[in-house]
Amino acid sequence: MARRDRGGKKRRNEFLYFALRNNKLKIGASIVLLFLLVAAFGSFLTDRDPEAFGGPMSSPPSAEYWFGTTFFGQDVFAQFIAGLRATFLVGALGGGLATVLGMLIGFVAGYRGGAVDESLNVLTNIVLVIPTFALLLIISAYLQVRGLIMESIFIGLTAWPWAARAIRAQTLSLRSREFVDMARISGMRPLRIIFTEIAPNMMSYLVMTFILQFGGAILIAATLDFIGLGPTEGFSLGIMMQYAVLWGALPLGLWWWFVPPGAAIAAIVGALYFMNVGLDEVFNPKLRET
Amino acid sequence: MRRYFSRKLLIYLVTFFLAVTVDWLIPRLMPGDPIQNMLSRAALNANAAEKLYTYYTHAFRLDLPVWRQYLNFWNALLHGDLGISTYLFPTPVSEIIGDAVPYDLFLLLPSILLSWWAGNKFGAYAARTKRLDNTLLPIGYLLTATPYMWLGILLAWVFGIVLGWFPIAGAYSYTMSPHLSWTFVGSVLHHWFLPFASLFLVGFGGWAIGMRNMIIYELEADYSHYLEALGAPRRLIRKYAFRNAILPQLSGLALQLGVVVAGALVTEVVFSYPGIGYLILAAIQNQDYFLVQGCFLFIIIGVLAANFLIDVAYVIVDPRTRRGMVGE
Amino acid sequence: MSLQVDGLTVYYQTLQGDVRALENATFSMADGEIMGLAGESGCGKSTLSNSLILLAPPMKHVCGRVLLDGNELPIGRVEAMNRYRFKEISVVPQYAMNAMNPTRKIGKMIEELLRARGIEIRKILPELKRRLDLVELKHNVLKMYPIELSGGMKQRMVMVLSTLLDPSLLLADEITSALDVSTQKAVAGMLVGFRDQGIVKSVIVITHDMSILYQIADSILIMYAGQLAEKADTETIIHTPRHPYTKMLITSLPKVGVKHDERRLAGIPGKPPLLLDPPEGCRFRERCPHAHERCLQVPPFVEIAPGHHVACWKVGDKDA
Repeated sequence: MARRDRGGKKRRNEFLYFALRNNKLKIGASIVLLFLLVAAFGSFLTDRDPEAFGGPMSSPPSAEYWFGTTFFGQDVFAQFIAGLRATFLVGALGGGLATVLGMLIGFVAGYRGGAVDESLNVLTNIVLVIPTFALLLIISAYLQVRGLIMESIFIGLTAWPWAARAIRAQTLSLRSREFVDMARISGMRPLRIIFTEIAPNMMSYLVMTFILQFGGAILIAATLDFIGLGPTEGFSLGIMMQYAVLWGALPLGLWWWFVPPGAAIAAIVGALYFMNVGLDEVFNPKLRET
Repeated sequence: MRRYFSRKLLIYLVTFFLAVTVDWLIPRLMPGDPIQNMLSRAALNANAAEKLYTYYTHAFRLDLPVWRQYLNFWNALLHGDLGISTYLFPTPVSEIIGDAVPYDLFLLLPSILLSWWAGNKFGAYAARTKRLDNTLLPIGYLLTATPYMWLGILLAWVFGIVLGWFPIAGAYSYTMSPHLSWTFVGSVLHHWFLPFASLFLVGFGGWAIGMRNMIIYELEADYSHYLEALGAPRRLIRKYAFRNAILPQLSGLALQLGVVVAGALVTEVVFSYPGIGYLILAAIQNQDYFLVQGCFLFIIIGVLAANFLIDVAYVIVDPRTRRGMVGE
Repeated sequence: MSLQVDGLTVYYQTLQGDVRALENATFSMADGEIMGLAGESGCGKSTLSNSLILLAPPMKHVCGRVLLDGNELPIGRVEAMNRYRFKEISVVPQYAMNAMNPTRKIGKMIEELLRARGIEIRKILPELKRRLDLVELKHNVLKMYPIELSGGMKQRMVMVLSTLLDPSLLLADEITSALDVSTQKAVAGMLVGFRDQGIVKSVIVITHDMSILYQIADSILIMYAGQLAEKADTETIIHTPRHPYTKMLITSLPKVGVKHDERRLAGIPGKPPLLLDPPEGCRFRERCPHAHERCLQVPPFVEIAPGHHVACWKVGDKDA
């Protein structure tokens, strides 16, 4: 027992060592952190209500209105902050749900094998083939009142196959490793094996999967919001863009209305992907640069 | 190979069945009544409205028991009858979709195929040197992280409004109607370019990144090292790596179809391009049962068919499947 | 052919510093010699063999020369070595099971490889077929994909391919490790056959399996922790080794027919040192029962008898 703990600690320290030195990880994480901080503490930066009218209509960025105002005289920056919050929430909830579902299904399929694996595989393939976006469209359209939570749940329920596949593959490769066989021979119960032997080795994989799902959920949500199938109340970055296009920001040249939201999404999701590459290098010694 | 295809076919059939059922089911769970909507647009007195309501409900066979409606649905589907649209009454749904399909294909096919091909070539190229890799990689990630509609908006704004080089709405100039002439073709291409470009760029980023990762993986495989040890020129090693890396990219293409369809949809909205995506949006907003169903069905069939084609292509390209060695 | 390695030193570059995987290797081989290269995992035998054929990052050529038939090999320059690879010096790698492109028919791959090296397949095809007969592979194997072959067949195929151009020196890296005993015997026999028929001139057989070496090697070079320990002909190494490590290695080999209660398995207590920051002097001194302060200096690899080199102060100083 003691030896195993020491090994685990040493491995964690090794990961930490490389994590702190990996450029991609640092850059990606700082960008995401920056946006996160703005979203969390945004109310300190501005106390204007995003929905309030009253400002000068369609005015470009100025000292008073950092991101300018919309066609209706609303503060774009205040909307931006509210939108950032919603976006992060959907990413975390939707991505989290997808990861958890994918984890459960992938684990069980990979570990049990046989008929269980076959049937779960068929299920996964079916959900993969269905253009789930079209499905989301229909479902979302027929709910008159939609909230952020519902949107996250839908995204989670349709995005899990990617995670399930990846986790299943990883479970399969770990399952046949010697230390698992050792645990089985020594009579450990399957659930215990999963938690004490397999899960720690999967940790890195799970983290990376979650990051990808997080980013993916943000993109899907933005697309849904843009079409008008997002939350019926409140703001999100996608909704901002929807209004911008709807109210003629393009021909009117109100670039400050549609550029920041999309730029933020691209930056956050891009940073997340970048972080992922960095994490892959940290966890996979072979990829580390000399 | 037989096993490979029979498994795939099973999945497609089950998927199709499920999708059709879901497609039929969900609009029925929706609050709101399409007949009412249709009638409310016509100014009628209460008596006439009631009679017409009964008439149309009967005509659309919505007064039959639910299970009969379901069977009728399948029956009609197999006859190619997707019903009559309530939004664009009395045009048949299949006709409306038929009008929109060419624009979708015109937009989707070139952008998917070109971005896949160009992205793969580019990703393989980027994997050559460390420096090239370090500069091109972030660009690829940024492109693939860009939401489709935002890129569309940006392109529309920069090239359409600010520079005025391209139009930003419609499939062809409003002053024309479709006819065979160079001016028409020119107008179509002119309107097509920006939506195509935005779909192409996002896809390109994704494929480039994927290919770069696959190539690196292949270049570090044992067979690459062996060739190197036997003094094979880098050209040969790269060629083998590319051929092997393309395979997962091909199956990746099948998996990405759903995403691309979504992307095309929002792009059409941004550019008011009259494809299926644009249609589905209008149908939803106007609560047109049959049009929504028809569009969704069409998308499903399209994606399944494309998946099937890719599976066939995969068998052709990967010699191992032909010998029954690679399952799935 | 003659091979002369002179002070070859190769390190691995890592983030934490240089791993000193091969330190000052000096030895020579004669024409027609099959030399076994043996030692524990991590002793540097693969590093040595890789240095001779593919010294690529993260490996770094620190110093030392290699002369093949009197010509200095540009081992430090990857591109320049290409002239020699496959033609003068070739390798049957450790990963021979996966060495062939899985999506290419074997014959096609060989054809493309040869063409890329400036050789027309038509000219060499009859010879290729003859070699296949030698290793008892059917000719139609050329029309198959690697996955259709068994492990032993793939091993033999790679042996044929690697020796197709009659190299002077063949490096056989753990070619029997993944095989069952009877296939091991067959493959080892084929290796000797290749040498006897002049297909290859000399062979370096890298393995940790001393019994194979006893069967086929003319001489054995023992390595420990990146340093050369002892080199002599097979009989001497097996029956009268002089280096403390070699002695302990030989005695720790289980003997057939001897039961556990008659004679216990002897190991060598301790572990090999990490080569990131190896101990000064002789790297075996921490486990050596005969170590003394002189061992803090690296013992030179001296010839104590004709063809018998040892790196040990105790032996070199000519006391028993």
